[in-house]
Amino acid sequence: MEAVKTQDVTANDLSWQIQYQHDRCTLCGRCLAACSFRAIEAVMEKRLVGLPTENQPAYRIMPAIRQKNSLTEACVGCGMCEKVCPNQAIRPVKNPYSRQNLLARAGGSPIKRGGRDNLHQDRTLDKIVVGRISQMTDPSLDAERHTFDILAPFGRILPPHELPFKNDGHSLQAEGQTPPVNWIYPVIFGDMSIGALSARAWEALALAVAYLNEKHHMPVRMSSGEGGMPQKLLGSEQLKYMILQIASGHFGWNRIIQAIPRMKADPAGILIKIGQGAKPGDGGLLPAAKVAEHIQAIRGVPKADLLSPPNHQGLYSIEESVQKMFLSMNAAFKFRVPVAIKCAASATSVSVYNNLLRDPYRICGGFLLDGIHGGTGAANEVSMDHTGHPVISKTRECYLAAVKQGRQGQIPLWAGGGLGLTGNAAADAFKMICLGANGVFISRILIQLMGCIGNEQGRCNACNTGKCPTGICTQDPRLVKRLDVDRAAANIVDYMLALDYELRKLMAPIGNSSLPVGRSDALISLDKDVADKLAIQYAC
Amino acid sequence: MCRIGAIKSKVPFHPSRALRLMLPQQEGHDNSGFAMVMQDLDGVFAGYKEQPLLSLACTQNGLKLVKDFMDASGFMPVKEYIPRVNRVAGLDIKAMPHYVFRAYDYPEYFRDRSRPEKEELLLDTRLELRRLLSENDSGYVFSFWPDVLTLKEIGDPKDIAVYFRLWDDNGALMAKNIVTQCRQNTNYDIVRYAAHPFFLQGYTLCANGENTFYTRNKEFQLSLHRGYTGFESDSQNFLYTLHYVLHELKWPISYYKHVITPLPFEEIQQRSDRRELDLIRQSLGHLEINGPNTIIAMLPDSRIMTCCDSKKLRPVVIGGDETTMAIASEVCGLQAILPHRDESRDIYPGEREVVVITPELEVERWKQ
Repeated sequence: MEAVKTQDVTANDLSWQIQYQHDRCTLCGRCLAACSFRAIEAVMEKRLVGLPTENQPAYRIMPAIRQKNSLTEACVGCGMCEKVCPNQAIRPVKNPYSRQNLLARAGGSPIKRGGRDNLHQDRTLDKIVVGRISQMTDPSLDAERHTFDILAPFGRILPPHELPFKNDGHSLQAEGQTPPVNWIYPVIFGDMSIGALSARAWEALALAVAYLNEKHHMPVRMSSGEGGMPQKLLGSEQLKYMILQIASGHFGWNRIIQAIPRMKADPAGILIKIGQGAKPGDGGLLPAAKVAEHIQAIRGVPKADLLSPPNHQGLYSIEESVQKMFLSMNAAFKFRVPVAIKCAASATSVSVYNNLLRDPYRICGGFLLDGIHGGTGAANEVSMDHTGHPVISKTRECYLAAVKQGRQGQIPLWAGGGLGLTGNAAADAFKMICLGANGVFISRILIQLMGCIGNEQGRCNACNTGKCPTGICTQDPRLVKRLDVDRAAANIVDYMLALDYELRKLMAPIGNSSLPVGRSDALISLDKDVADKLAIQYAC
Repeated sequence: MCRIGAIKSKVPFHPSRALRLMLPQQEGHDNSGFAMVMQDLDGVFAGYKEQPLLSLACTQNGLKLVKDFMDASGFMPVKEYIPRVNRVAGLDIKAMPHYVFRAYDYPEYFRDRSRPEKEELLLDTRLELRRLLSENDSGYVFSFWPDVLTLKEIGDPKDIAVYFRLWDDNGALMAKNIVTQCRQNTNYDIVRYAAHPFFLQGYTLCANGENTFYTRNKEFQLSLHRGYTGFESDSQNFLYTLHYVLHELKWPISYYKHVITPLPFEEIQQRSDRRELDLIRQSLGHLEINGPNTIIAMLPDSRIMTCCDSKKLRPVVIGGDETTMAIASEVCGLQAILPHRDESRDIYPGEREVVVITPELEVERWKQ
């Protein structure tokens, strides 16, 4: 008998097990070709084919498909094998007895993955209901026919008494310069860089944004993510739909600065990323496997792991950030483009927001709070699952802190992280807006719309490996080709149209034709603790 | 839905006329209260136009608290009108023991101060009186302002009129302007303060309908001015915004409508004053109302104005003759007091329109 070591890894130790029915398999090999993780292999198996006779052996050596007993080539449950199999002969099944978490760390290094946190399934937003319905004396509106004004500001808002108005007794004339403000759709496509996404996926997003703007007149804006963007886009009119991001690695920023003289249009905004929800307190990471040639060209880097520092080097206070980063970013675009920051939601978020609100230069044009659920890039699993702060209560606290000072709206609040997790981003956005956000940003749901099959139950989440089976989060040309750009863009456009309709369907019954920012009276919670924390009505 | 009304006349008239304006519109009342603000007074207060007039309802203890406070503050009473009430049995009224309308001279050290300084003193004094009476559960102070008299009462407007002898035109209470309403606010407990109209530093306002942006209006107003207090009704938001735009920001009146019902973004972009309107919408978005309302407001300079919500869900009509103009929710109100007016000249303002009646009874209309 062959010696078996009890500590060897077997398929039963892995998170996903391959169920294979050899009697259905025609050995076409499509599953092998489709599995980007090489979690299955073609083998020869000795099978019993009947009772032995004198001339006929009882066993036959037959070709078959088998799961590899390997941690580095473990199945991630993406289901591509099942998708391509013509006979339903193979599929991954979640293994409830997995030991992968223990075994994977036994090599001495932490688990890294992309995707989403897998622990926090109990959503506060699902415990909130729109409970104040207009009836009789304040009739609800007709979502089909009424005109709705669904726009949110991106940029610094001056308090009324500081508006530079000259009053001649009959009319007001604005004089001098005011901070730039762009009114945009209250849903921003969140920052997923052109390195984290495949060029085709990023193109699909940009295409969807342009289509929504130009065909449907929905002024949706998209954040570039860290790492710059193609030169052609920087020099095109469509730049006005993009929010350019700068993060601690400054990747791609040099090319952007150099492109400024050639820009035909101003970008919609500048977003300085201080932190991110998936791995708060951690910088970005683009593994070398994903640093393709075009990424190297855009960022001006060799093919190597690209790590952004966890902080912005040389900045040690909020005031300093304001003075250096904001001022330089504002000046770079001659004070015509609003500059905002994105922070990971944290116990300290309110302090940061307060400080920005009190900035005498009034140049921070937006505060994007990224909650615990976020993430598409590479992160340590321990960070993704165990660090961060839910975005809901922190957004509410920031809003109420501004209310206390009478400064609400002066730095528009945008919230993201876990919005649209259950597939309905409109309901989540509406509730966040009622709680005080001016708008929201969504990311993960966008890649899901493109075809990403990752989920919160540990399926796939291999964005960091460069082996994304759907061609969304990879730079492998063979895999990237799997993504149908037009269909991905169309899915996003269609979803946004549905979202827009659903937003109106929520605004109409509360009798609002413009965004109900801060209309917390429209919400109730069936959970007393949630109601108390968010200062909304408790109902049962 | 409430019914609201206002009368402006070149000739002083008695509150009975305001009642006759409102009672035909009774379907819109729940008969839970009556309130009116009289401005440009005649009758007993004709000779005291510069002296601030205190209007309050209180208990015996409240009377003493107010007297002590006003004495200590240096205000000298110069004229008083105590309504001789008619205590008929069975009236639907929850009357307070005392109603006081008393004109004062400013404290001696304040007499030569500027008008703005006096305005601040009067506001602080009223707020302090309100706090004092509220803490001791001893009464309500409605206004403290020159040439302005306010009465608010809980009960059936007709019974309230009987109680205060408001049907008897004896010439004591007369004014050229009255803004009035005949109900309490259903969103809140029945308290005297909740009855429309509301008053602040010369600005009077009543509204019907609902303000769906009440919470965000209130949250913003709380930090704008110390006088923005009470919030017994979602319509108070309109008054505070009116005061803020005209008194604090000192903007022309045409911008009030732009604040409470801003134009849609697309329309703003087509206007030549798009930059100003855009900045206003940015900075004052929290004062937008976005609910069904018509408002009637009276300004310190005696102008009366009306405008509606941007969806035009509430009715209002303006009509009159050479000596009197009136605004009412329903035309039957106008019919009751101005039956001989030229009805073809009645104005039914649109959702973007503002109508102002000047002291000379000229009617100004403009589109937002």
